[in-house]
Amino acid sequence: MTPRDVPEREPFRLASGGVIDRTRSLNFTFDGKAYAGHPGDTLASALLANGERLVGRSFKYHRPRGIFSAGAEEPNALVEVRNAARREPNTRATMVELYEGLEAASQNRWPSLKFDVQSINGLMSPFFGAGFYYKTFMWPRKFWKLVYEPLIRRSAGLGRAATEPDPDHYEKAFAHCDLLVIGSGPAGLMAALTAGRAGARVILAEEDFMLGGRLLSERLAIDGKPAWDWLRAVLTELRGLDNVTLMPRTTVFGVYDGGTYGAVQRVADHVPVPPGHQPRQRSWRIVAKRSVLASGAIERGIAFSGNDLPGVMLGSAVRSYLNRFAVVPGARAVMFTTSDDGWTTARDLAACGIAVAAVVDPRKEGIETKGAGPWPIFAGAVVKEARGGRQLKSVIVRDERGVETEIGCDLLAVSNGWNPTLHLTCHLGGKPAWQEALAAFVPGSVPKAMAVAGAAAGHLTLPEALEDGARLGAEAAGDLGFAASVPAMPPAGGEESASATPLWWVHGGRAAAFVDLQNDVTTKDIELARLEGYGASEHVKRYTTLGMGTDQGKTANVTALGVLSELTGAPIPALGTTGFRPPYTPVTWGALAGHHRGKNFRPKRLPPSHAWAEENGAVFADAGLWLRAQWYERPGETLQQSIAREAAVVRRSVGVCDVSTLGKIDIQGPDAATLLDRVYVNKFSTLKVGRARYGLMLREDGFAMDDGTTARLGEQHFVMTTTTANAGKVMQHLEFCRQVLWPELDVRLVSVSDHWAQYALAGPRSRDVLAKLVDAPFDISNEGFPRMGAGELTICGGVPARLFRVSFSGEMAYEIAVPARYGDAAIRALMQAGAEFDITPYGTEALNVLRIEKGHVSGAEITGHATARDLGLAGMVAADKDCIGKVLAQRPALLDPARPIVVGAKPVDPAQSLTAGSHFIPIGAEAITTNDEGYLTSVAFSPVLGQDIGIGFLVRGRERIGERIRAVDLLRGHDVECVVASPVFYDAEGMRTHG
Amino acid sequence: MRIKCPYCGERDVSEFTYLGAADPKRPDPAAPDAESAFFEYAYIRDNPAGPMAELWYHGGGCRSWLRVVRDTRNHEIESVAPARPEGGRR
Repeated sequence: MTPRDVPEREPFRLASGGVIDRTRSLNFTFDGKAYAGHPGDTLASALLANGERLVGRSFKYHRPRGIFSAGAEEPNALVEVRNAARREPNTRATMVELYEGLEAASQNRWPSLKFDVQSINGLMSPFFGAGFYYKTFMWPRKFWKLVYEPLIRRSAGLGRAATEPDPDHYEKAFAHCDLLVIGSGPAGLMAALTAGRAGARVILAEEDFMLGGRLLSERLAIDGKPAWDWLRAVLTELRGLDNVTLMPRTTVFGVYDGGTYGAVQRVADHVPVPPGHQPRQRSWRIVAKRSVLASGAIERGIAFSGNDLPGVMLGSAVRSYLNRFAVVPGARAVMFTTSDDGWTTARDLAACGIAVAAVVDPRKEGIETKGAGPWPIFAGAVVKEARGGRQLKSVIVRDERGVETEIGCDLLAVSNGWNPTLHLTCHLGGKPAWQEALAAFVPGSVPKAMAVAGAAAGHLTLPEALEDGARLGAEAAGDLGFAASVPAMPPAGGEESASATPLWWVHGGRAAAFVDLQNDVTTKDIELARLEGYGASEHVKRYTTLGMGTDQGKTANVTALGVLSELTGAPIPALGTTGFRPPYTPVTWGALAGHHRGKNFRPKRLPPSHAWAEENGAVFADAGLWLRAQWYERPGETLQQSIAREAAVVRRSVGVCDVSTLGKIDIQGPDAATLLDRVYVNKFSTLKVGRARYGLMLREDGFAMDDGTTARLGEQHFVMTTTTANAGKVMQHLEFCRQVLWPELDVRLVSVSDHWAQYALAGPRSRDVLAKLVDAPFDISNEGFPRMGAGELTICGGVPARLFRVSFSGEMAYEIAVPARYGDAAIRALMQAGAEFDITPYGTEALNVLRIEKGHVSGAEITGHATARDLGLAGMVAADKDCIGKVLAQRPALLDPARPIVVGAKPVDPAQSLTAGSHFIPIGAEAITTNDEGYLTSVAFSPVLGQDIGIGFLVRGRERIGERIRAVDLLRGHDVECVVASPVFYDAEGMRTHG
Repeated sequence: MRIKCPYCGERDVSEFTYLGAADPKRPDPAAPDAESAFFEYAYIRDNPAGPMAELWYHGGGCRSWLRVVRDTRNHEIESVAPARPEGGRR
């Protein structure tokens, strides 16, 4: 920074006071201009200290907007924080903790904040009124996509999201406690202290970066001393309790079933870049036996002409800026209050040496004396209008006789009573209740195990808050078996009054009177909505967008009901209220996703041969959670050539493929065979020990669920294999059968998918390779270990193994399994033993080619829409036993001969290629749905046939072998004449597997 | 939501998989009306507003199938027990 750029240092900072660290300065920029603040500042307080009051433009009309509040409810001061990949839009300046180097920018303005072209929208406000989305831009229809939508999106957007991936990481975490205290104001502190002293495990969560709640912002006394002293002492005691966890910067945003609370902790939002190994944010699921909601209350504004000008601010916010941040939000103030609470603000302003030009109070009785101070009092009067351009310049006060007085000021503090922050009480369906004395909604039905303390319960004064917190903290601890006692209450107070005589709407004035500042909803919009038949509170919300957006109407909803009540004459409780759903304040997607993004979205599983496969040029593909070798690249080969080479070696000599990813379930017990008979369509009770069988299982609705081979290793011992994708689902299904359907069966299951590394060794030389590894005396001769044999043995001099003579490729083939820790050694041993036979590893692509040549169905066919009959496997269904799905598979529609059935297809011209997903259309017919006769599910180039082949489902397919049909793929522009064929393209007699 | 597994203790709902109503019993496949009985069993479910017995699978824990009585209006869980009835083999 050059000296010329150094701004006048914080002209609106008080010389003393506040809880900021004046010994250190923090530099930051807003819209590129340099400023300075202090540790303890928010971006909002630092901007105000520097005299910046215009911080944004409004959503619809692009009106100048300033800082309205000092907390989470802020509707106006939304800014972009950080840059490039870390840019975060719609951040509330009132919640951004200042740090060295912070970069912030206003949003929703062009070309600049001070001069915004679209502020002309304000002149067109009738056009943008309630329901404008529904009324305008209706015609012509095609203009929507081309003109209207881009226009609306550009002009009505909030901030800009980052377009690059977020470089930071986020975490998810669980926490458990006896008592969760939400909010660290006087009520929350007392609850945490009382339960903490009793020994309960307490979590105290506070959305602010500083603990203390309103004690930080008010000039209150406890025990005859400033409340800050009391706060410091309590925090010291809480920090000394091992069973109490203090969590500042943590917003509890949702209440969920079973005492679960969602919270987001801003771990590193107050530094430019998270320190090493720290997430930016952490989302918590806090499981608490009890909770005390001590979330305080949010002050309300009043709808009057020009009430959105920068300089119009909630009275409570004015007190926060004065007392907590030592910032003067204006030089000459007017107070507009409907309750005694506003006088406190006037007194605090005067105490800070700020000229209070007037106190305007619509009430009459006793105001002149009670509200006396060094200021003129306008009792029975209202502020009719706020005037100014880019910020407040004066107000028009109208007294009860209608006499108007203009008073110059740059700050108008508004107090209109408080709305308890009861959002979390509604998350499980609780409805707020109207309390006339407060003229506010208070918690009605509250989630089980939650208690509400202090201002959140409508108990607005300090003694009430302290008493509530202590009592509810003790109750919660007592309920959980801790000996808790309510401590003696320190005498506390000041002059506080909770009574309110709210005034919702002041008529008249030139400019619009805003109800919802964020969504630019005015009293006129509510009037219009009502006139057009949308006067119910839920309709008003949807018709005008009131209460939507990032603030969800925290400062708007109840005021809107007040306006509606005035329009309809119905009392507010009769109008109902809008409930609240999580989240209480916006939560970033990053925090919700945690580490589950990109490649970490799901766990990645590697089969035992992975390292070896990598060394050998494997290209990997996702198969469920697994990474499987798709093919093995060799220099100079195209993908198609690699696949063809791998498949050809299996037909000619021998290939090896890792099939460890298949699910493996060990099934043992006297009733193991009975269980298998009931889950598979075919019989396993007749399977001999030492043999394996292919099995197909159905869902109860008759459709195929999964397939695989199951081997019988002993009279009461089977090993089932499932497909890779369905391993978990089949396990769950078998447990369901065993525990729920047939609990009388004596059978146990355990998943051994991860325990065994398994390799398919396929091809005419497979036995020659195996023979070199198998330990004597195991006999692997064709007679000693025939097709579908299964056995336990040792290999390589004592390594335990299981051997299955099963074939997916149609060649003589084995699957050999070894304990997973031997998986890497086993693949290397197989490759070494097979070197003389040109053994070649093959991936899932070649595996697929080989199985399509043999017409074996796979996941592309077993989709959940196919029955055993559709798959051409009707013959497998045993007639003399029941199994899951058998009854419903017999429904007439599923037996209809016209149902598509698996067939093969190959192009008449061998040079033509097929695409999976192509639909079968008769020759000469139009390619439309009514002529659709089925579709291709799997296609491959067959090296042995020298052309593309495919299998798929075709209506009456088995009766049509030899017919011509077209495979039409309109998406990719294919229309190929095919011959319908048997799905078994190669070695139809199956002789090659017999060795 | 939290489910108190009788074997593992109270756990987060993410450890469990939901199936549906626990009460429908698999019909006798040999009965003369087996097809319609199975149709009911496979497809037809009550949709009560109130307590409902459901099957949940503790796949992230002990692999037990559980019978959970849950109030569909507010997710309050009244009881959790092994789905395997008394007398079934452990």
